[in-house]
Amino acid sequence: MTDDIEAKTEQLTRDPTSLVFLELGEALRRRGRLEAAVRVALTGVERHPDLLDAHDLYARVLADVGDFARARETWAGVLARDPRHLGALKGLGFLYYWAGDLDSALDHLEDALATDPTDQSVVQALMTVRAAAQEEPAQDTSDTEEPDPVFAGLDGAERGILLVDDRGRILGGRLQSLAGTDVSDRAAAYLAGATQEAERTARLLELGTWQSIVAEGQGGNIHVSAPTQTSLLLIVRDRGVPAGRLSMLAQRAAHAARRWLEGQQL
Amino acid sequence: MSERFLRALERITRVGGVRGAMLVTADDGLIIADASMEDVRGHAVAALASSLAKRFIRVSKAATLGSPQFLHLQAEHGTLVIVTAMNGVLVVTMGGSEMNVGLARLEMLRVAEVVV
Repeated sequence: MTDDIEAKTEQLTRDPTSLVFLELGEALRRRGRLEAAVRVALTGVERHPDLLDAHDLYARVLADVGDFARARETWAGVLARDPRHLGALKGLGFLYYWAGDLDSALDHLEDALATDPTDQSVVQALMTVRAAAQEEPAQDTSDTEEPDPVFAGLDGAERGILLVDDRGRILGGRLQSLAGTDVSDRAAAYLAGATQEAERTARLLELGTWQSIVAEGQGGNIHVSAPTQTSLLLIVRDRGVPAGRLSMLAQRAAHAARRWLEGQQL
Repeated sequence: MSERFLRALERITRVGGVRGAMLVTADDGLIIADASMEDVRGHAVAALASSLAKRFIRVSKAATLGSPQFLHLQAEHGTLVIVTAMNGVLVVTMGGSEMNVGLARLEMLRVAEVVV
């Protein structure tokens, strides 16, 4: 494989306009050499702006480095120009699956299968997503814990989602350590100050309204956002969950929080 | 020493959308090296980044997740990204909303290795 990468690199060096960058970028990302893959893909996009496969390659690398928002944007741009682009349909199907939006994942993967019925990776992905879609209601009903009033039905509502008010008082959700200890109170105490810190930073640096803070720790990743002006939402997931997916989960939780808070005011 | 750090930081500033990159002491927010555009208020960025990092280290530890190695504040018109190096140094990058965070992060991690 390394020889293959070297050979393709030499070929691209000899002829920078060669389309071999598509194979080289893919080989690099499969080897986990993401930094090099980003450079190859970006250069390819710059040299061949009308080549949709170049954008597709770039989006795949972006997804690998966890920049899911930009990957989604890039694939959406490809589909706007070619609604039957297989790579973009598969890529968006993958992103929606990880975001928990199984219906949209199925839509894109079914379109991908219609584009190329022989693609086994699409067949396999469709089977996985359909199985997940069938299991989803069963998981909800099998949960023996009392459903959380704010986040009932959301993945991790009983252990990795916390909603606090601007004084750090817990409004909903629960946070557990890896050992299963409830750490909601401790985390909530620091969160009240965190929102002020974020507001101050964004204001003084003239960045406008702050939208989210992601912190990637040794034991897991945190996503913090403000569903309303007087509340703060903390989502915690293990490191295996990419930042992009965490962000999408946070959007769903924020929507649930706003709906619940509005209900409390009625 | 500073020249070496500046060269390392310039790799970050070449990423699209980045307006400034700097090395900052984690404890007190002092600038070690700064490669920012003229209109970026370096000392304010350094102080605020250090303060934000300290706050989120507390939140992360309270959630028993350990110290965060990467922090990303996303705002309406821009973004602030912080990578914690091993020796009490923060690599701080600020940019517009168009900043390529994935690529900037890769370069910041390289810089974090250089300053150890």
